[in-house]
Parts: sequence; C-alpha cells; structure tokens
Amino acid sequence: MPEAVAAHAEAHGHHAHAHHPALQHHFETLEQQKEASVLGMWIFIIQEVMFFGGLLMAYFLYRVWYHEAWVEGSNELDIVLGGINTVVLIGSSLTMALAVRSAQVGSKKGTVNWLIVTMVLGLVFLVIKFFEYKHKYDLNHIPGANFVFEGPHAGQVQIFISLYFGLTGLHALHMVIGFVLLSVIAWMAHKDRFSPEWYTPVEMSGLYWHFVDIVWIFLFPLLYLVDRTHRLG
Amino acid sequence: MLSGIPLFPVQASTVAPDVDRLYFLIIAVTSFFAIATVIAVAIFAIKYRDDSGERVGAQIHGSIPLELAWSVIPFIISMGIFVYATVVFFEIVRPPAETMEIYSTGKRWMWRFQHVDGKSEINELHVPKGRPVRVTFTSEDVLHSLYFPAFRVKADAIPGRYSSVWFEATQTGDFHLFCAEYCGTKHSGMIGKVVVMEPSAYQAWLSGSDGQPLAVRGQQLFQQLACVTCHLDDNTGRGPSLAGLFGTTVELEGGANAIADDSYIRESILTPQTKIVAGYQRLMPTFQGQVNEEGVMGLIEFIKSKAATARPQPGTAPASAPPARP
Amino acid sequence: MMTPTLPPVTYLNHKYGVMSWLLTKDHKRIGILYMVVVTIAFVLGGVFAAGVRLELTTPQGDIWSADTYNKLFTMHGIAMVFFVLIPAVPAILGNFVLPLMIGAKDVAFPKINLISWYVFVVGFIFTVGAMVFGGVDTGWTFYVPYSSSASNTNVLMTGIGVFITGFSSILTGVNFMVTIHRMRAPGLTWFRLPLLVWALYATSFVQVLGTPVVAITLFMVVLERGLGFGIFNPALGGDPVLFQHLFWFYSHPAVYIMILPPMGIISEVIACFSRKSVFGYSFVAFSSVAIALFGFMVWAHHLFVAGISPYSAMVFSLLSYAVAIPSAVKTFNWAATMHRGAIWWKTPMFFVFGFIGLFLVGGLTGLFLAALGLDVHLHDTYFVVAHFHYIMVGGAIMGYFAGLHYYWPKMTGRMYSDILGKLSALLIFVGFNLTFFPQFILGYLGMPRRYHVYPDEWQVFNVLSSAGASVLAVGYVLPLFYLIYSLFKGEVAGANPWGATGLEWTTQSPPLPENFPGQPIVEEEAYDYHKREIKVA
Repeated sequence: MPEAVAAHAEAHGHHAHAHHPALQHHFETLEQQKEASVLGMWIFIIQEVMFFGGLLMAYFLYRVWYHEAWVEGSNELDIVLGGINTVVLIGSSLTMALAVRSAQVGSKKGTVNWLIVTMVLGLVFLVIKFFEYKHKYDLNHIPGANFVFEGPHAGQVQIFISLYFGLTGLHALHMVIGFVLLSVIAWMAHKDRFSPEWYTPVEMSGLYWHFVDIVWIFLFPLLYLVDRTHRLG
Repeated sequence: MLSGIPLFPVQASTVAPDVDRLYFLIIAVTSFFAIATVIAVAIFAIKYRDDSGERVGAQIHGSIPLELAWSVIPFIISMGIFVYATVVFFEIVRPPAETMEIYSTGKRWMWRFQHVDGKSEINELHVPKGRPVRVTFTSEDVLHSLYFPAFRVKADAIPGRYSSVWFEATQTGDFHLFCAEYCGTKHSGMIGKVVVMEPSAYQAWLSGSDGQPLAVRGQQLFQQLACVTCHLDDNTGRGPSLAGLFGTTVELEGGANAIADDSYIRESILTPQTKIVAGYQRLMPTFQGQVNEEGVMGLIEFIKSKAATARPQPGTAPASAPPARP
Repeated sequence: MMTPTLPPVTYLNHKYGVMSWLLTKDHKRIGILYMVVVTIAFVLGGVFAAGVRLELTTPQGDIWSADTYNKLFTMHGIAMVFFVLIPAVPAILGNFVLPLMIGAKDVAFPKINLISWYVFVVGFIFTVGAMVFGGVDTGWTFYVPYSSSASNTNVLMTGIGVFITGFSSILTGVNFMVTIHRMRAPGLTWFRLPLLVWALYATSFVQVLGTPVVAITLFMVVLERGLGFGIFNPALGGDPVLFQHLFWFYSHPAVYIMILPPMGIISEVIACFSRKSVFGYSFVAFSSVAIALFGFMVWAHHLFVAGISPYSAMVFSLLSYAVAIPSAVKTFNWAATMHRGAIWWKTPMFFVFGFIGLFLVGGLTGLFLAALGLDVHLHDTYFVVAHFHYIMVGGAIMGYFAGLHYYWPKMTGRMYSDILGKLSALLIFVGFNLTFFPQFILGYLGMPRRYHVYPDEWQVFNVLSSAGASVLAVGYVLPLFYLIYSLFKGEVAGANPWGATGLEWTTQSPPLPENFPGQPIVEEEAYDYHKREIKVA
C-alpha cells in the first residue's frame, strides 16, 4: 500500500504548485477547483429557477383566468411590510457583496462583520414575514378548512393565497438555508480559512444569497402589486 | 375455443374504419423499418462473427449521405403519418352540425346517462343506429374517462368542466363502455355497455319513458331557483334575456366576446362573476351547491329550448336562430 | 499467455469496514452503494409486478381486493421509475465509470456525490415506509383530484419520499455536468469523448432542469392534501389538468433520463464487440443532445384526451414525431457499426442484440401513440403499457444489464460465466416478448390500464402475458447468482478482458482508489480499434 501512495505523490509532484490546504485531492489546481465550484453553483441556481418556476406557472395560469380574484388577494397583502422587506433584502445583497469583497482583499474582520450584517438583515426579513403570516392567521385567511373570505371570488382568492404561501414559504425556507449557510461561512472566515487565493465558498454563498434576493424581487410585484391602483381610488 | 378469441375490436362507428386504416398504415411502415433493421443486424452479427476477439473491424467512420438519408426519409414519412393522423383526429373531435344530445356524469364508480326526453340510464346507453350522437359529460368527483372502444372514441371526464365525444353507430348490438382514467377502488368496475338499436326499436324503447324531459326539469329549476325573477324574456329584467341566447355570440363587459355554449351557461350558473354581459351589473349570485351537475344540464337544455322573441333588444348581439332540437 | 492476478491495491481493499463504505468519497464505492439500493428496489418492484400479473391471469378479481391490486400497480411503478430506471445507469455505472473514462481521479464534488446517495436512501426509506405502512394507490402518476382528496392511502409520505429522492438525481446531474466540463484529461476534447459521456451529459441536462418541476408539483399536492391548500381543487376554481401539465413537464423528459444513458452503454458495447468505431460518431453524439432538448417539448402528448385544444395537440404531436428521429438515427448508426466489424459473441453483446430488437418495437410503437387520430383510441389502454415497457424494460434495463456485464470485470476484477450470461439475455428477451407483445393486442381491443377485472374473452392474452412474466423473472434472477458467484470463484479479469479502447480499460481491474497511477493524456480519437493490435488479456 505505501508504494502506491508514494508513486502517486511522485506523479503528482511534477506540477510546481504549493499544495494549498484548500485544494482537494481530485483537482489539479486551485483554479480548476474554483471553476468547478462556480459552474456547479450556477447549474444549481438554474435548477432552483425551475423549482420556483413550477409554482410560478400555476400562478400565471390562474392570474390570467381569475384576474379579479388576483387583484383582491393582492390588495389584502400589506404593501408597506412587503416594501420594507424588499429594501431589506436588497440591502442584504449589498452587504453580502461587501463581504465577498472583504474576503477578496483578505480582510477577515470585514468578511465576518459583513456576513453577520447580512444575516441580521435576513433575520429582519423573516421576522417581518412571520408577522405577515400571523396577520393572515388572525383574519382566518390561511387556506384550508378554516378559510373565511367575503366576496364572490372567495374560492379563487383561496387559490391566490395558497400560492402566496407556497411561493413565499418556499422563499423563506431558502432564506433559512441561506442563513445557516452564511453562519457556517462566517465561522470559517473567523477561523482564517479564507485568503485572497481562496475565498470561493464566500463567493458561492454570495451567488446563492443574490439568487434568493432576485427571487423575492420577482415575488414582490407578482404578489403584492397586482393592480394596486385599484386601491388608491 | 380459438374462434372465440378476439384479435381485433369490432368496427361499430363511422370513424372506426378510418382509425383502423391509420393503424394498419403505421403497422406497415413501422414493421418495414423494424424488420429491415433486425435483419440487417442479424446478418451482420452472423456474417462478421469473429469469436477470437483479436481481429479488428474495418476503418469506417460514417457517411454523411447515409445519415441524411436515414434522418430525412423517416422524418418525411413521420410527417406524412402526422398529417394523416391529424385529419382522422379532427374527424373524431369535430361533431357534425346535427347531433342527438346525451348528457352524462361520471362519479365513483358509475356513469349516468341522461336522454334529453327524460330517460335516465345507469351504466347503459341506448342509442339509435345511423344517427350522430354527442355525449356531453363531466365528473362529479375525480378524473374519469369515457371510452367506447368499438367506436374508437374517448375523452376524459374532468370535474368542473365539460367534455364531449360524438359517434355515429353503424351496427346494432352491445358494445363495451369503460372508464379509462384511474379513479380508485372500483375503476375496473366502472364499466357498462352501449346498446345500439335500429331507429324504430330505439323509438319504441324511448317511448317507454318514465322520466320527464330534461328541459322540463330545467324549467322547474328555473322557477325554483328564482332565475325567472331577473332573466325576463323581454329584457327588462336585471339580467339579460335568455330567449334565443344559445349558440349566439355575447358581448361581455370589458369588450371581450364569448359564445353562449354549454360551458358558458354552466359557468354563468356556477361562477357568474367571471363573465358579465356588457351593460349589466354584477348582481347574479352563484348557484354552486344549490344545483348539481345534472340540474345544470337540465337548465342548459331548457335555455336551449327558449326560442328567440320577435322584438330585437338593444345592447344584445343579433340572435341567430338556434338549431332545431330533436 | 500471462495469467492475470488480482492487483494488490484496489479501491475495494485499501480500506475495510462498514464506515469506510458509509463515509466514502470514492465515486466507485458510491456507484456500488447505489447498486445495492437499486437492486433492492428492483426486487421490490418485481414482487409487486408478480402480484399484478398473478391477478390478471383470471378475468375476475379473485386474488387481491381491488384496493390491494391498485396499491400493487402503484408501488410497482413508483419503485421501478424512481428507484430503478432513473438512477440505474447514471448513478451506478455512470458514477463508477465516468471519471475513469475521462481520466479524472474522481467526480467534481465527491462529498456531494456521497450526499446524493444518502438523499436517495432517505427518500427510499420514506417511500418504502409508505408502502409497508398501508401502501399507496394513486398510480405512480399521482393525478389529482384523486391523490389530493379522494385516496385514503399514504399519499403524503410517498410524495415526500419521491420529493426527497428527486434531489439525489439533481445532485448527480450537477456533479456530472461539472465533471465533464472541467475534469477531462489533457487532450480529451469533446469530440474524442466516448459516447457514454455524451449520453451522461445530455442526461444531466435533463435531470437538472426537469426534476425540480416534479418536485415542486409534488410539493403542491402535499400542500393541498396535507394542509388543505387549494391549487388544483375544482371546487375553488382550480384545474386538475394543470397538475398533469406540470407533472408531465418532468415525467416526459424523465423517460429520456431513463433511456439516454443505456443508449450510451450500447454505443460503448457495440463498438467494443464489433472492434470498430461507432458509425457516425458525431451524429450519435448530437442525437443525445437533440433528444434531451426535444424531450422537453412534447409533454402534452400525455394529455391528448384531457381537454387540451386540438391545435395545441397538433403541435405536441408534430414534436413527438420529431423527437423520435434522433433515436432512429442512433439505431441505424448502431446497426451500421456492425457492418464489416469483427463481431465477438459475448454476453454484453447479447444484451445489445436484445436491446436493439426490443427498443425498435418500443420506439416505433411510440409513433402509434403520437398519431392523434389513433391516440384517442389507445390512450390509457394496454397498448401504452406495452409501449413503455418495451422501452423501459426492453430498452433501458437491457442496456443497464449490458453495461453491468460489460463493466463487471472492471468493477470487480472477475469474469462471470459467459454461458449463463448469454442464457440470461436469451431468457429475458423471450420472456419479455411473451409478456408484453400480447398487451399490444389487448390495448387495441380496448383493455384499459389499471384494470384487474376484464371481459372473459381477453383472458388468453393475459395468461400469455403472465406466463411470459415468469420466464422474465427467471432471466432477471439468474444474474444475481452467477454474478455473486463470480466474486468468489470467477476467473481474474485483468485490466482489459474485452480488448476495448477507452481510458477506463488502460488501468487495473479493480481500479486503484485514485483511478490512475499518473495523469493520462489522450492523443487519439475514441474507438480507434483500427490502430490497435488487440491483445485480449
């Protein structure tokens, strides 16, 4: 057995690179490893688009069929809270980008701090979402056996609200996963695992976080802003 | 015993021979390609067999002309099949202008057929030979599918929606009726038969009727559910007149148009707010839960039977005379 | 003649113990881990099929209750589709052989590879749990409203199980795409890749884009059934046919996930046992890509009688004919490969012969179903059942077995009995045709799917079909015996028992943990048999 290991190390040795501690055994260079990570993350994100896409297809079909109910359902949502959440998330994407930048220039403190701010903003988003959901609960607008809604389109509004919970719930789940991911990355940064040569995990988490943000940027107008001029009159 | 084994379903409708001809054509084309390929492979396997494993094959990489040939030719053939199959398809899904109407609902696990004159059957459908019949149906619970193999027609029964099949039977006799969409425990038992009779026998069967005509039932519901209070025939009511409405084009609020067919009427009864006639207010309540699918079918038949009134009314599209009802 | 001995250090013996397997990051071990679970699922699915065919020998429902029968065909479909057909070639053979074929040490993300196996196992446990604790009877297609409101069985648990399993497929797809893009050996350009790699690449594309859609669709059914949400519920204005569109948007491309990798295997085996380059290499490669792309455009051919507009149906019918063409092109290219080859009649090649015969029937009968005027009559009858079994079992499983028998020496270092291998192939071929050909006749006669009671006059065909199933079962059980036997008593294979081209055959059998002693460099085209002096050793 030891001969095989030695032969392997020798064969490996003809590349003149330092064995960076982050370089995984099956990659030749850090560059190759990084390119693989980036490609993998982008493919994963495209897959996520298809994931949300299914729910959005249902949303679009019914929006065309039941436009009235969509207007009613949308106007029931709190545009102020939704708007605040949108600003919070966009802000968190900014802080995330700053975290990646910090890692890129080797600032451990910057990386950790900006990651923590991002996580805090994510938490703010989730707390506001909780209150929105609670409000729906108080009004008996949770779809299901206890759903109560005045008006001739109650059934279709229930479909709208079901899709609202499905889309924002799925999004919130992705935020929670992102939160866990960022806490792991922040810990790794704290432990000096990153440097200007290797900060790919921070970058990949950034990609993920930006994706989650962009999903919200679609969800907000689709859910909260259906024919809002209706209300202003 | 062997003679009792069917290899092929009976052709009992006008459409069946066309479908079967299509089938035989595709069998011929596909068999040709399958047999040719299998024979080629068999010949090559035997002729070029070399069990030493130590010789190599000829150095041949490919041939663009051959690739083009065996892509383009099959493509052209399949486009030919596509066109022919589509022609047959339109024959199957487009009923002739005059059809005898039958209404049906499927629910777990039975089919109920409602003749317009009132006769109702369960899992059996009596029809006359030589007359186009259209069955309009829906489901009361889960998906089902109405399938008459001898006629080569099928359509899914979808809750909340109407589907239809049409056929003109060319032979008398009993033919299978199956549910062809899995619907739970007794899916295999949701079967029955179509009984095709000579027209005179069918008339005789029909006159032994003990039900009231669907349209009469519909008229009763029209009164009971107070439709008559808003839908006055002289168009002075809160709702549009329904006289002569069926089959015409209706102008809706917002500018769109709709054809007043079965589905439109059903939708207007169950979800009235989805389409409002231009010039009218959104006053009509929903009757979902107050009338079942069969009641809706009765109301549709009643509305179909309401001939146009002589006086043309402002705000409505010109009424065309509805087709004569049998 | 040198008698080969097993190499001293292999991926199998360099570490021992259960934990060395359960925590492995070696793609070869992960392939074997998948093989264990997939084989269990295949046996389970086979047992359910036996239950189905047993009942169908008589026209009455006299063996099982209706509910039990409905559960049997449902669970047969779920086990076979999600736990056998989708993972078999990619996750078992693909995992094992892909890095070897491209001269890499492992896949791009070995840890994610192991996670994908755990996800698969968790999904399997959930699903089998649902089967064991009462079963599920919705059909593997889960149509609403039956699954969301009417069924009294473990729909939620099954839906969750299948949902979880989907992520295993997605992770494998991501892994393979990145591996193929970024980890090819120097000199291994795209058009020098073995065709199995092209097939796996095209498959990964489908896995990544399609699977999330079925996942979210099942998620919606779970929301509707579990929480009472309204998405498909007709009483609220929901559309049950929307479910069908969303479901088939994945499930049609899924059948290409099931058939593309086995087609890749056929290319490999036919080149080796004809000692010749695959005829029309680039056409076969592009066909894989074309099938993957077109495969996403035909889903509504499952909805021809579900109330879609006839014009919409026309579009999907036309595209369904278009997607058949690349498969035909491949088949003709394979046949042409054999022309003026040196055909070596070994077990893997027997499975290829079987594949070609059965795939021809399966693929061509698709043309019947794509024909609108005919599909009205044939939809949801046994014709469809016969069609897809010819492709899935006759095609995909035959292809998997071809690959299993081709790569077994590489994976284990051992040869199995060639006679028994050929016998299996023959039994499977004969048994398969006997089982499924009568079903075409039954379908045209009008026998609907998912029926356990049928008119008396159709019994003969059903009995033939059930008899064939017993022959088929023997054909499938036989390999279990001679393959396992070979592990202990099989002749040592050596690095390249088949005299094949390809990087995977240049290294020892079983391979080293890190696959190659050095970095392989590629300077030749794929399947360059004409340059070889074949030494079978």
